Amino acid sequence: MLSIKNLIRPGLEPVSLELAAGECIALRGPSGAGKSLLLRAVADLDPNEGELTLDGTPREKIPAPEWRRRVGYIPAEPGWWSERLSDHFQDWAAQAGPARRLKVSPEAETRRVSQLSTGERQRLALLRALEHRPEVLLLDEPTGPLDEETTAAVEALLREKQENGLAILWVTHDKRQAERVATRRFWIDRGRLREEMLEEAGQ
Amino acid sequence: MNYIRLDYWDLGLAALLLVGVAALSLALQLKIEKKLLWAGLRCALQLALVGLVLTKLFELVSPWWTSLAALAMVLFAGREIMARQERGFEPSWAYGIGTSAMLMAAALVTIFALTTAVKPDPWYDPRYALPLLGMIMGNTMTGVALGLQRLTEGARQQRPGIEALLCLGASRRAALLPVTRQALTTALMPIINALAATGLVSLPGMMTGQILAGVEPLEAVKYQLMIMFMIAGGTTLGAVVAVFVGVYRLTDSRDRLRLDRLAGD
Repeated sequence: MLSIKNLIRPGLEPVSLELAAGECIALRGPSGAGKSLLLRAVADLDPNEGELTLDGTPREKIPAPEWRRRVGYIPAEPGWWSERLSDHFQDWAAQAGPARRLKVSPEAETRRVSQLSTGERQRLALLRALEHRPEVLLLDEPTGPLDEETTAAVEALLREKQENGLAILWVTHDKRQAERVATRRFWIDRGRLREEMLEEAGQ
Repeated sequence: MNYIRLDYWDLGLAALLLVGVAALSLALQLKIEKKLLWAGLRCALQLALVGLVLTKLFELVSPWWTSLAALAMVLFAGREIMARQERGFEPSWAYGIGTSAMLMAAALVTIFALTTAVKPDPWYDPRYALPLLGMIMGNTMTGVALGLQRLTEGARQQRPGIEALLCLGASRRAALLPVTRQALTTALMPIINALAATGLVSLPGMMTGQILAGVEPLEAVKYQLMIMFMIAGGTTLGAVVAVFVGVYRLTDSRDRLRLDRLAGD
């Protein structure tokens, strides 16, 4: 699905990674280690070099907007370009069901985006990205501000999407979450990425 | 046409007003007397120089000397646009974008005015060309400077929203459209306000000048209207060109937002 070979950008050592369809890879590491730098580079939001392919097509052959639509990226603090929530969705009415699943109260629509809580914005940003049917999702602490119950709801929704082929690169601080959601786990420190050995992960 | 000539004695009396205001500032300890007198002196010197240059140019009626004067005006305007950018584009880019937008807008509108509406003989007669160009350029310069400043400021402030749009598959133009709109609204605000308030709140300087020179008010109004429309056209054209080039400079061919291309603090 997504293949990354020798991805280079300032602040990172060359990164290589293969992400299969329906797979979820967890990425952990201390603050400032380069987790967000890596996700931004994969989403092609910052200048970077490397051989990236999606379904075998090189990134250069795919127009950047299309690449980003297919490789969705949700930062830890998602941005909003309008104060009206419905402006951010192609079909807000269709979001009622998924929003309820993620325990976003239905009256969220009546409030200004800046009045929503950090956790609500986080979940709404996830719905906003899923509406564009990405093939890969790059998630930066998607459940950081959420309680246990809501976290479980987000994980369940994503697992369902995964079963339909969605590939996920999931940055998390929570080791237990990494073990729950991912089949492979990576550790990044000072810009260097390496795969966590099973025995390490089991510690 | 007859009008009351001012001699230097009359001018001195008017200047006395400035001295009086400076004395007031001194008495009230406002500390603006130095700046005020210096600015007044600069103004007198610059205008005297312009008067001399214009006299010479009007005698010559040469296309070459006229375009040279026009070019000098454009270059000064570009420098002014660059100086008015705060944490905006790097100086060389601000100058380049500003100057080229000015050159295009001012030249196009002035030549249009000279060849269609005013029609002096020859069309480049500096007596008409240079005052028209000056008025159009003064306003266009303000518009371009405001537009570029608002664009870069907006891109910085609204970066998360812009990148959210990019992440959902928006092109660079689509992602920057809200900021582009804000920049153009800001750029055109002064001229729109001027169009709306003219005559009610203020009598425009050029019209006042013509009336003082003995022109019939209705004739002066016609000239003023033409100038206002030219200014509106020039400002819009200049601001649109500058802001669109600015949008392209703020992004790259992979539709990334490139705030790293702005000058630092």
